[in-house]
Amino acid sequence: MKKFKYVITDPEGIHARPAGILVKQAAGYQSAVKIAKGDKSADAKRIFGVMGLGVKTGEEVTVTVEGADEDTAIAELEKFFKENL
Amino acid sequence: MITISGKSVFGGVAIGKLLFYQRNDKVIKRTHVDDVDAEWKRFQEAKDTAVAQLKGLYNKALDDVGEANAMIFEIHQMMLEDLDYLESIENIIRTQEVNAEFAVATTADNFAKMFAAMDDAYMQGRAADVKDVSERVLDILCGVNVGFKEMTEPCIIAADDLAPSETVQLDKSKVLGFATMYGSSNSHTAILARTMNIPAVISLGEDLTQKYSGRDAIIDGFTGTLYIDPDEETMKEMQEKRAKDLEQKALLEQLKGKENVTKSGQKINVYANIGNVSDLGAVLKNDAGGIGLFRSEFLYLENTDFPTEEQQFAVYKQVAESMAGKKVIIRTLDIGADKQVDYFGLDKEENPALGYRAIRICLTRPEIFKTQLRALYRAAVYGNISVMFPMIISVSEVLRIKEIIAEVKGELKNEGIPYKEDVELGIMIETPASVMVSRDLAKEVDFFSVGTNDLTQYTLAIDRQNSKLDEFYDPHHPAVLAMIRMAAESAHAEGAWIGICGELGADLELTEEFLKMGLDELSVSPSMVLPLRKRIRECE
Repeated sequence: MKKFKYVITDPEGIHARPAGILVKQAAGYQSAVKIAKGDKSADAKRIFGVMGLGVKTGEEVTVTVEGADEDTAIAELEKFFKENL
Repeated sequence: MITISGKSVFGGVAIGKLLFYQRNDKVIKRTHVDDVDAEWKRFQEAKDTAVAQLKGLYNKALDDVGEANAMIFEIHQMMLEDLDYLESIENIIRTQEVNAEFAVATTADNFAKMFAAMDDAYMQGRAADVKDVSERVLDILCGVNVGFKEMTEPCIIAADDLAPSETVQLDKSKVLGFATMYGSSNSHTAILARTMNIPAVISLGEDLTQKYSGRDAIIDGFTGTLYIDPDEETMKEMQEKRAKDLEQKALLEQLKGKENVTKSGQKINVYANIGNVSDLGAVLKNDAGGIGLFRSEFLYLENTDFPTEEQQFAVYKQVAESMAGKKVIIRTLDIGADKQVDYFGLDKEENPALGYRAIRICLTRPEIFKTQLRALYRAAVYGNISVMFPMIISVSEVLRIKEIIAEVKGELKNEGIPYKEDVELGIMIETPASVMVSRDLAKEVDFFSVGTNDLTQYTLAIDRQNSKLDEFYDPHHPAVLAMIRMAAESAHAEGAWIGICGELGADLELTEEFLKMGLDELSVSPSMVLPLRKRIRECE
């Protein structure tokens, strides 16, 4: 299992459009991808779950990846967060 | 004649029959099913059809309104394929042995409630998206045809509100305009109407009822008015307004997307001046390259007390976002002289044009200035905002402004509030003093914008309100043109750019002269953008 923490800088937080691109990205991996804010956690491949976290700008999320391609996934996801969120 | 007022979403005039959009009222009944596998399969087929329809809508929207606006239909597809959503539906079908319609309606309700309960207005609004996608599946399951199948002639569409999918799937050749009872100017539908160039009025309220369906109507998208059974006079007036608008649009079609370039290849930016958020539609419609002067005074003039940081932030953010990356130059408050506001508590002056106004108020009452700067620096995150200061006469004023900006940025940083670090800063050139020291001023700022109205008045010592002086007044006075030329030379010598945002910028007799001076930008009222572009393209 791999994980990283990230503070959201997108001024809108994870609203519909960023949630959509995150889900698309996460769906590309075999591994399970979870995103957590505080004690709430969601499957990053499920749009309702990701939007339901209601992540706002300046809030910290923890992304956890577990599965066969976790090494590639974690590296790519971390880059993805930095570039898009 | 019945007159109903609402909010304008997109300018233009539409004349035609009103057609009230009737949603097929589906009564979802809970029925028992024996074969739950078959029912689950029936749902999946309906869902696949819905996803395919959404793909079609996405492609249609991509052509009509661009990728950013079309994205909503991709999100809708994801919602329909979301595992939480699907598991909930499958669960209800299998454990309760009920029909797919009931399972979809119940699930949609639950998910919509989840969004409605969130502490964020944006997320609360997404409840409508869940309902919209679920309605689509329900329509397929129930076998009903949605939309305006009965539309045979072009109509003005009326509705309580329109979902984005309903708006985009309309046959555009049959839609003259939109009139809705509810909705906000930030809703997807409003945005789509604007990008589709369809006159639209929203928030008409409950005065708009179904009984008007089939009656003659006019939408005046400029004023946000809907007329039903218009009288002869109104009809005539609106037909003229429409003809004028169409003429302008024809000119736009010819010049839209064309560069502001002379025959020999010299380019110049043509931006628009605006005084309120409601002018944004005109800016976009006339294909201005940016906003060269956004007068922030209306925020102060329309209020009974100082506008708060949040009020100002919302307005600046909206303007920046609407311009989608194009330059937006916001001028800080220019109160005083002929623009008086009671709550500022300003003394009566002998000579207000030379008095306590604009930057002079800001620098002596920094609490007012700081509120505006905070709002501006925060909003700059959302687009390409530049800030410009009026009535400058010396370099020391610019240095004091910069100190206050540094304080504001420090405070925002400490409070952890997002703001843009390097906002482009400029000053108005509207006093002869600023021209005389323009070389030094240009070292301190990124750009100049010449306010020709005040510059002319101060240079010629002529009060333009006084008609007795008309015989002495020459708008093309060589002294004024020399001032502009000198400011331009100073700006360029120090690597700054220069534009004009006063009335002279729209004077087509001077366009050639301004091009020769090497001005980088002309900012004019939105309706002058295209005539000016035409003139530039005729110049050598």
